[in-house]
Amino acid sequence: MSHPIRVLIAKPGLDGHDRGAITLAMGLRDEGMEVIYTGVRQSPENIVRACSQEGIDVLGLSLLSGGHNYYFPKILDLLKSQGLDDILVLAGGIIPEEDREFLKGKGVKEVFGPGSSISQIADFIRSNVKGECS
Amino acid sequence: MTRALETLLADAVAGRESALGRLLTMVETDEASASSILAKIPPDRRRAFRIGITGSPGAGKSTLVDRLIAIIRGEDLTVGVICVDPSSPITGGAVLGDRIRMERHYLDEGVFIRSMASRGNLGGISRSVAVGVELFDACGKDVVIVETVGIGQEGIEITSFADATVLVLAPGWGDSMQLMKAGILEVADIIVVNKADLGAESLAKGIKDILPLARRQVRQPVVQTRAVENMGVDALWAELRAVQKDPGRSSTSSAAVTKVGTHA
Repeated sequence: MSHPIRVLIAKPGLDGHDRGAITLAMGLRDEGMEVIYTGVRQSPENIVRACSQEGIDVLGLSLLSGGHNYYFPKILDLLKSQGLDDILVLAGGIIPEEDREFLKGKGVKEVFGPGSSISQIADFIRSNVKGECS
Repeated sequence: MTRALETLLADAVAGRESALGRLLTMVETDEASASSILAKIPPDRRRAFRIGITGSPGAGKSTLVDRLIAIIRGEDLTVGVICVDPSSPITGGAVLGDRIRMERHYLDEGVFIRSMASRGNLGGISRSVAVGVELFDACGKDVVIVETVGIGQEGIEITSFADATVLVLAPGWGDSMQLMKAGILEVADIIVVNKADLGAESLAKGIKDILPLARRQVRQPVVQTRAVENMGVDALWAELRAVQKDPGRSSTSSAAVTKVGTHA
């Protein structure tokens, strides 16, 4: 009983720079995962509703505009309120070093900034996703 | 059926979205779960209007679905959508990108959008999709729409559980030789020529001229649309309603071509 890991890649807030999100979506596709991409400029409510409907294992949040300390905790709170806190949440984009501990305290499992490799992210996902996935 | 599965099903039927989302993932994962869920859904529960949308990649299926959702919601009906995209034959991975076209409905309580990978199933339809349709129906959706992977010739599986199947084509799709071929063209209830602003006349005329030459040919209505501009989609919905009311209609009526802007 195993299924390809289902990942949702989302870009919250006012940030149209999605080259990183697209690179990761295709990279994880090539790692054998099923990747849903919601598009840019999504509200936290949009993202969490998609998480709920898509029955995902992993949520990847990408933000380059500096709003991560506002948007990411909001999304994590919404996930929790809907009983979706078993989803593995990862962050990427431009996240300064000094903000990382704060975000991890809010429930972000890991932060992958510029220079991270696809295989590094894929390996992290495989070893941290709960349940039976391939 | 395990207790966990039973609880999820009860929660989903009671309207908890995350439960339905998880159930659909289980259905995709595990044949035994899928079977026991099916067994739990009473056959007389079937009441949703089931629509299949198929056609070549890039023809505009997702955008048409987006527009159809708006019309359906305008009639105060709820809708569940399953969008299927291809799995990689190399890695098994997939990019599921159809929901991005339906962004305006992300927060509408009456719309549930679910992406599924084809996982190697021919015709773009897997058993998971079929069970997903039953689940949506059991959870009270008035309309269920299944958008297949991009296909164009074979791939008629969608017709087996759709009350009405729409084949979406776009100008440049092919000449009369293509229209003479067997397959999905024979069994679709409605043919849409989308992107009609790119010169739909010759394709629409070809469909009207060629298809009736077949012995057992259904005379499907041909609807011209421009989904991006939201033109002609009301005519498509009217044809869908007509098929729903009279499933035999498309095989008896003469081919009617509805052009963009001519439908009241």
